[in-house]
Amino acid sequence: MNKRFILTAEGVTKSFDGFKAINDLNFYLDEGELRTIIGPNGAGKSTFLDLITGRTRPDEGQIEFKGTPVIKKTEYQIYRMGIGRKFQTPSVYSDHTVYENILLGLKGSRGVFGAIFGRVTPAQNDQIHHVLEIINLKDKAQVRAGTLAHGQKQWLEIGMLIAQDPELMLVDEPAAGMTDEETARTGELLLSLAGKHTIIVIEHDMTFVRQLANRVTVLHQGSILREGSLDEVQNDERVIEVYLGKKKHDAIHPQH
Amino acid sequence: MHKSFRQAEIWGIAIAAIAILGVLPALNAFVPESSPLHVSDFTINLYGKYLCYAVLAISVDLLWGYTGLLSLGQCMFFALGGYAFGMHLMLLIGKLGQYHSDLPDFMVFLGYPKLPLHWEPFRSFWFAVAAVVFVPGLVALVFGFLAFRSRIRGVYFSILTQALTYAACLMFFRNDFTFGGNNGLTDFKFILGYDIRSAVTQRCLFIATGVLLILTYLFCRWLTLTRFGKIQRAVRDSENRVLFSGYAAANFKLFVFVVSAIIAGLAGALYVPQVGIINPSEMAPDKSLEAVVWVAVGGRGTLIGPVVGAIAVNALKSWATRAYPDLWLIILGGMFVIVVLFLPKGIVGLPMQLWSLFKRSTTLWKKVQEQHAGTTELPIKESSTRQGG
Repeated sequence: MNKRFILTAEGVTKSFDGFKAINDLNFYLDEGELRTIIGPNGAGKSTFLDLITGRTRPDEGQIEFKGTPVIKKTEYQIYRMGIGRKFQTPSVYSDHTVYENILLGLKGSRGVFGAIFGRVTPAQNDQIHHVLEIINLKDKAQVRAGTLAHGQKQWLEIGMLIAQDPELMLVDEPAAGMTDEETARTGELLLSLAGKHTIIVIEHDMTFVRQLANRVTVLHQGSILREGSLDEVQNDERVIEVYLGKKKHDAIHPQH
Repeated sequence: MHKSFRQAEIWGIAIAAIAILGVLPALNAFVPESSPLHVSDFTINLYGKYLCYAVLAISVDLLWGYTGLLSLGQCMFFALGGYAFGMHLMLLIGKLGQYHSDLPDFMVFLGYPKLPLHWEPFRSFWFAVAAVVFVPGLVALVFGFLAFRSRIRGVYFSILTQALTYAACLMFFRNDFTFGGNNGLTDFKFILGYDIRSAVTQRCLFIATGVLLILTYLFCRWLTLTRFGKIQRAVRDSENRVLFSGYAAANFKLFVFVVSAIIAGLAGALYVPQVGIINPSEMAPDKSLEAVVWVAVGGRGTLIGPVVGAIAVNALKSWATRAYPDLWLIILGGMFVIVVLFLPKGIVGLPMQLWSLFKRSTTLWKKVQEQHAGTTELPIKESSTRQGG
């Protein structure tokens, strides 16, 4: 392997009660790339992110981030290596203000005593306001996050990710529950972050995927079905079969 | 709104401090017994006990209300602090015990040839004070380390803490455990060279407990306002997010667990000289459950709530166990059910609850009136509230 990948997954398998959520998956990601993962429900998209971030461990195979294996590490150790994650359902601290949410996400000390005796520096304060501006929540800084609209919560969590400034961002369904306008803005936001960060986006919304206009990976039954540009992928017969339903296709091509 | 609340809090603390540290002791000491303003020694002693419970309740709330860790074994730490200080008081009795021996009565009774080695250092007041802090702290550190490292959460954590206090209770019941078996430690005579039963000593203990309560309150207020406090509440609301934001949540929980064990231990240490006895029944699981009820009744997730709850429920208990001794447990249980069903924020949340109810009903009334007047305000309002996304 002469090329340096930021993330590699080789021969990864993970099953839950006999069901193979991830099945001998091989995945390579270049530094600075913006990659979209699509696939029908249960294809293993979120499970794959769980494996990268240490939420679950693979039964077999190896996942490496910049050449270092991640699979034996805990969630916070993986975070500290430079991997950040936004969850599928927006998980923000609903009892805290928008400002405090970003503050807790902000890159910096993570120790107990630092948290007790540390103060918010003016530089950090500026940084928080900068992030709030990017995610369009500046006028809601002192609002409790629990009272935000769904789309705003999504943005807030993306904001926490931006504040963290990780090398690799894993973004799970950022546009879910957003209006078309909000979705378009989210797309712009992710495009502006690409390059500086390496990003994996999981998404269902094809208009959104088209907007990102990048390399697409199709997951099916826990392994990669196809990789390529969105047009290539959309014209692939097997992909169409997976998305349109098997039965109909089986009738035409029984040997599959 | 937020600022004015802080100001109200400062005033509240100042008034409470004057009342506990000045007015009540003065009414006890200087007002003649014939006066209606006189506060009896009995009352001072009783309220001293309540203040200890209030400190204990704050320690429960620091775990439950602020961190989402429902500990059902907090009284074990309370009792450990009490035992540590009780051992010192035991050794001060000297030859004045029933058996006129150098050994504490129960050791003579149980046939101990000499004082066990680990009792020796408790002759020193300061060693005992250190033990009050370190014994509960270390037990919490070891137990918490194992529990949080194994990711024991939610109801499993609660059950485990309850099992822990029950195990400790059974252990302390044993005569050969060197802590007095089921009789525990009692019949204290002196504290710091003063007669422990005199009115002056009891008044000083009351004031000391008041100081402990105020210091505990201020410490917890400070802690919850730091970034640590924000992370604490973040762990309560979304532990996963905290983990994936790079915080080792277990360390934060462990810290809170140890701190609250120490607070509970200090409360126990001041409780023992005021009630005059410590025995294993203080560690029985139902005691810890009661402390949880105080917090729920007073209002969890606030610092004033546990104080109000501990004092109110215990005052009610003192009255009810005399007036209706058979009904007390039913009253306690009923109170818990009512609070859980109708008062999620407890007594201290009641004014806010009533206020929002009042506001909701007035806006509803206004809407009804507007509709009667035939205005089309309603749809415009709805669309304007949806904006901003």
